[in-house]
Amino acid sequence: MSTKNIMIVGVGGQGSLLASKLLGHLLLTEGYDVKVSEVHGMSQRGGSVVTYVRFGEKVYSPIIDKGEADFIVSFEQLEAARYVEYLRPDGRIVTNTQKIDPMPVITGAAEYPAELVEKMQKLDIAVDAMDCLSLAEEAGSSKAVNIVLMGRLSKYFDIPVEKWDKALEACVPAKFLELNRKAFALGRNF
Amino acid sequence: MKQLMLGNQALARGLYEAGCCVVSSYPGTPSTEVTEEAAKFEEIYCEWAPNEKVAMEVAFGACLAGKRSFCGMKHVGLNVAADPLYTCSYTGVNAGMIICVADDAGMHSSQNEQDSRHHAIASKVPMLEPSDSQEAYAFAKLAYEISETFDTPVIIKMCTRVAHSQSVVDTAERVVPAVKTYEKNIAKYVMMPGNAIRRHPFVEERTRKLAEWSETSGVNRVEMGDTSLGIITSSTSYQYVKEVFGAKASVLKIGMVNPLPTKMILDFAAKVDKIAIVEELDPIIENHCKALGLEVVGKDVFPIEGEYSQNMVAAKLGADVPCSKKLDENLPVRPPVMCSGCPHRGLFYTLKQNKVTVLGDIGCYTLGAVAPLSAMDVTLCMGASISSIHGFNKALGTESEGKTVAVIGDSTFMHSGMTGLANIAYNQSNSTVIILDNSITGMTGHQQNPTTGYNIKGDPAGKIDLEALCKAMGFNRVRVVDPYDLAQCDAVLKEELAAEEPSVIISRRPCVLLKYVKPKKPLKVLCDKCVGCKSCMRLGCPSISMKDGKACIDTTLCVGCGVCKQLCRLGALESQE
Repeated sequence: MSTKNIMIVGVGGQGSLLASKLLGHLLLTEGYDVKVSEVHGMSQRGGSVVTYVRFGEKVYSPIIDKGEADFIVSFEQLEAARYVEYLRPDGRIVTNTQKIDPMPVITGAAEYPAELVEKMQKLDIAVDAMDCLSLAEEAGSSKAVNIVLMGRLSKYFDIPVEKWDKALEACVPAKFLELNRKAFALGRNF
Repeated sequence: MKQLMLGNQALARGLYEAGCCVVSSYPGTPSTEVTEEAAKFEEIYCEWAPNEKVAMEVAFGACLAGKRSFCGMKHVGLNVAADPLYTCSYTGVNAGMIICVADDAGMHSSQNEQDSRHHAIASKVPMLEPSDSQEAYAFAKLAYEISETFDTPVIIKMCTRVAHSQSVVDTAERVVPAVKTYEKNIAKYVMMPGNAIRRHPFVEERTRKLAEWSETSGVNRVEMGDTSLGIITSSTSYQYVKEVFGAKASVLKIGMVNPLPTKMILDFAAKVDKIAIVEELDPIIENHCKALGLEVVGKDVFPIEGEYSQNMVAAKLGADVPCSKKLDENLPVRPPVMCSGCPHRGLFYTLKQNKVTVLGDIGCYTLGAVAPLSAMDVTLCMGASISSIHGFNKALGTESEGKTVAVIGDSTFMHSGMTGLANIAYNQSNSTVIILDNSITGMTGHQQNPTTGYNIKGDPAGKIDLEALCKAMGFNRVRVVDPYDLAQCDAVLKEELAAEEPSVIISRRPCVLLKYVKPKKPLKVLCDKCVGCKSCMRLGCPSISMKDGKACIDTTLCVGCGVCKQLCRLGALESQE
């Protein structure tokens, strides 16, 4: 099998770490070679953040380059649009429709672009757009956006849902497990 | 047991298994997690030192005493520690000593992208360069063996993509070697001229022996494939090369970048039609090859600046690059910003309002230079704010004294601000120094420092009293302000700028991300009072935006610091109890 690539993008502080941890754990238990890369430091301060998850028989590069991502999982609309170039022509974007204004928009130096999801779809890109924030709140916490997204992503994998559940169990503190299970199911069944 | 580990975590695991007993480091992205992970092992004594020079000297002392030691830092930290580095190369070690330096090509979180390999070459210290977590782990063990066999400290050079990538590591048990009893040896350890003169030939001979060892030890390896192209590479570049070419090229993977092998390279060159060197930053392997008389492709096609990637390697060496789609749209950038409720914001707003020249420093607060605050003029290196305000004011005198400040964080002040402050106290410039005391090392993700009162494990520790320290240096004017109180900040800043002697202002409030800092309820916009004047927006707080001509507070981000409220003359922003 050739190496598969998942990019997780969002805004610093949105919780992409748990998503990549979950994927890393799951894919390693499935017997794949796995690499997960992120950048710490300055980029975390409310800036645009990217995590790369790669798996296959043997993974070399720790990063995903333009035209390589099978999936882009995005916590925020603008960030999904920012990384479109990284998607393979037959790749899929799974994005939260939430909008978080970046500083140039806040200060009025720029405007938040309109209809980004539609614009991506016009390029013939497969986009799953969903209001993950509402789904996460329905599950019990706005912080569960990451797991809602993972639930949706799981639909596209040949991995039984029980295995995803086991990975959740291993990666999430026990007291938040039920909440995250609910968030996962809401994403998966959206 | 196989598990996913960050390169930094794997290196720490390697230290643990190799019986490392003492770790002293200064945090710096992307090196910080090595020490944080090492601190999770009870068997290793770990500490945050005030700076990298101290850390390296601590590690040196520990290895001298006979136990395996370690110090970690980022690339610019090695400049700070260059002094002990260049001479402990001469003394050599007793038990093994490892220095980890993490480079940051692409400058994800750094002020320059210098290539640390130059330090290894110049100090004549061997340097290993892992290309993934498994190697980081294995090289930690190997480095101690090299250190003890060849009587030298050993540098392990990480880079962002090795340090901050998780890959699979197969771990083992800890084995602690016997303590190597310290024996007095003045000729070896007292580096005064008479002794150092005799140590220098030892160093040169050691380098020759290490080069010889590197030819056959397996630290460098050849992976033969198609012989039309031979690539010499190391670190994360090796991964990009393998990703692109697999077996379609032959590869000489360098694990020890100083000293470099000679015979191995010449043998490899003889087997391939064409040679390319793929190395980030400076042409070190390339220049070595050229000195051997080889014709190579290198920096003539690859850039010196920035990070590499698989597509870049493919494009530069004539392989296929995947195609992709692009949105035809100008997307607004999302730069990092100070957090909602960041205590630095109020202080920088005050500096902006007072139109002072701000000599800044390294930390989260460097973001004070970003619009809309734009309240920083200079950032150079750790501690430079204080030393350079002295120079600035000595050059201009009264012309600049009343309108220039130095701004430095608590951890950076401990790192190398104190010596600059001593210079102001001693050589008397009428300078105003502001210490932003947020009670933590923020930028690198919350490490304790000598002013916080806690050690790396979070246990109570010594606590340096900043006010007492400044007073002991001879500063009569030491003021403390709360950066959430704009009126107080403004008044004190004006008084201290006007004062006819040097002064220190301590802007004190803990980082809002610290667990013990409990957020208050988000502020509320009273829409009937808000006229949309955007006064509150001048703070550059990510919680405030304009919606339908009125200020709007993002209640998921706002921590209720209330600084914006002080800018609203109409009382349209209200704190909630």
